[in-house]
Amino acid sequence: MKVRIKFFAILRERAGTGEVSKEIANGSTVADLWRQLQRDYPKLDVPGIRLLYAVNKDYVGLDHKLNDDDEVVFVPPVSGG
Amino acid sequence: MFRVTNQPIDLDELVRYVSDPEAGAIATFIGTTRNHNEGRKVIALDYEAYPEMAEKELARIGADANKQWPLCRMAIVHRLGPVQIGDASVIIAVSSAHRDAAFAASRFAIEEIKKTVPIWKKEVFEGGEVWIGTQTGQPLPDR
Repeated sequence: MKVRIKFFAILRERAGTGEVSKEIANGSTVADLWRQLQRDYPKLDVPGIRLLYAVNKDYVGLDHKLNDDDEVVFVPPVSGG
Repeated sequence: MFRVTNQPIDLDELVRYVSDPEAGAIATFIGTTRNHNEGRKVIALDYEAYPEMAEKELARIGADANKQWPLCRMAIVHRLGPVQIGDASVIIAVSSAHRDAAFAASRFAIEEIKKTVPIWKKEVFEGGEVWIGTQTGQPLPDR
């Protein structure tokens, strides 16, 4: 199955792109995807960063199972206001 | 009204939006960009968002506030892109029959925005730039 990943802020700069698609194994979790992305984009590994995880615009946990065509965002610490 | 925008935020528009014959109070909160942060001289701020989710989270904050206080209407607009020092980065307007609810809900909204809404602020300061909230960025001069 294929998922879409959007990168924002520091992760967009680190990845060098704002959006990618990726083939992943059925049953993959957010954590599995994050491990694979860190191999594809080693600079995504920002020391000490605390991420949140969003799938289809809802916050989820690292163990959330992904589905085909999900939109996944790794949310760096927010700083609006 | 819960949205993000690349345009300057119009306070009057938000006040008109929350105006309500049932309301005895309208509270507004304006977050503005300041020229200093943690000892750094700030030149400019640049906001980025995951726009669809940011607007969804802003609406969620409005719904949560509405459950906690008897509100008439609420509006939250957050600016994106470069924001000049002194300009509004976020404006909250809320109306209620009595003032306590309007004050409390506007305070709640700004605190929640800083916790959950996917908006990020890059600070450009003299000598570098940094994404606020991350422990990285270009090294600070003389620190």
